[in-house]
Amino acid sequence: MNNFKVLVNGIIKENPTFVLLLGMCPTLGTTSSAINGMSMGLATMCVLILSNFIIASIKKLIPDMVRIPAYIVVIASLVTVLQMVIKAYAPEIDKSLGLFIPLIVVNCIILGRAESFAAKNGPVASIFDGIGIGLGFTLGLTCLGAVRELLGTGAIFGITLWGESYGMLMFVLAPGAFLALGYLIVLFNKITKKA
Amino acid sequence: MEKLKSSLTNMLVVLSVIAIVAAGVLASVNAVTAPQIEKINAENLAAGIKAVMGSDDIKVSEPWEVNTFTAYDISDQQGNLLGKAVVTTENGFGGPLKVLVGFNTEGDILGYTVLEHQETPGLGAKAGEWFQDKIIGMNPSKNNFTVSKDGGEVDAITASTITSRAFLRAIQNAYDKVIAGQDATSGATTQASASDMGTPEVIE
Repeated sequence: MNNFKVLVNGIIKENPTFVLLLGMCPTLGTTSSAINGMSMGLATMCVLILSNFIIASIKKLIPDMVRIPAYIVVIASLVTVLQMVIKAYAPEIDKSLGLFIPLIVVNCIILGRAESFAAKNGPVASIFDGIGIGLGFTLGLTCLGAVRELLGTGAIFGITLWGESYGMLMFVLAPGAFLALGYLIVLFNKITKKA
Repeated sequence: MEKLKSSLTNMLVVLSVIAIVAAGVLASVNAVTAPQIEKINAENLAAGIKAVMGSDDIKVSEPWEVNTFTAYDISDQQGNLLGKAVVTTENGFGGPLKVLVGFNTEGDILGYTVLEHQETPGLGAKAGEWFQDKIIGMNPSKNNFTVSKDGGEVDAITASTITSRAFLRAIQNAYDKVIAGQDATSGATTQASASDMGTPEVIE
């Protein structure tokens, strides 16, 4: 598989939100608005690219039986470093993303890609996989966030289309997340199956 | 290079090395970023105090502590006391909710800002803006400082009653302990907190 295919694969064929259904916890929990979904997606993508790269680089040094704890330590350290750096040098980003960053450690997409891709492929291909899956995740979360925000509050990316009083609050809350996700998966399957 | 075998020695060595490297990286990044983070927090606090007092032209005293509250006396350049800014913490929905609130000498709320919180994005996290046009000018000794669902005068954040209650409690506590506790005797303070605890908590 060449690098471009790896990239597209992550966005469409193995889209983490709509096809793999991985990382459902942040997907359902943080997509109450489009901007929140996008923020979570981008933060995850950063960590995913770095963790894929590091794990692909050191995979031969890790004995099989202890690979999971080793990956977890790498991922958790990476997230913590990222959090400290953002807090110190980008306080503006910290204000909008700060809440989401610690959640990335427990996102199973990161570990899933470490296991299924980075542990079997080279560092460069793993970076492309990180970008692809990261974009796919960002796309999924942004779509879901946009739908929920629009139906729930009548706004999209904070721009009001119709008044909040016409919104169905349920879509901002947890049940709406499941409903919206279900319909989006149907839609995604419908489009990709045809092609 | 061959992949390392899963022998006991290999596993022990590899895990230890990874843990030591990770700890080293975290410690050094922390050493570099901690002073910077502290500086940003201090700047945020200074900017926050100006914002909640509604004026740039103020002098801020050294902080003083009452119970768990940190308070700052605020005066104008001539030294006239304008009021107090209080840092108050309460348990919110997702963790500690830390609010900076400014009172004038009468105890009226001049402004507030949320310093730290872990509320739900899109719901409780709106506390920073939601209460701006609702509680400013209110006075916790004159107004019923609970959400309207509990019979109070403040509209809760839609679908975030827990956050709203915690937020209002944080400000009420700051008033009771720091502002009211100042003028009254210590006996009055205990009475105030006792009646505060006696307020029935409405549970849905």
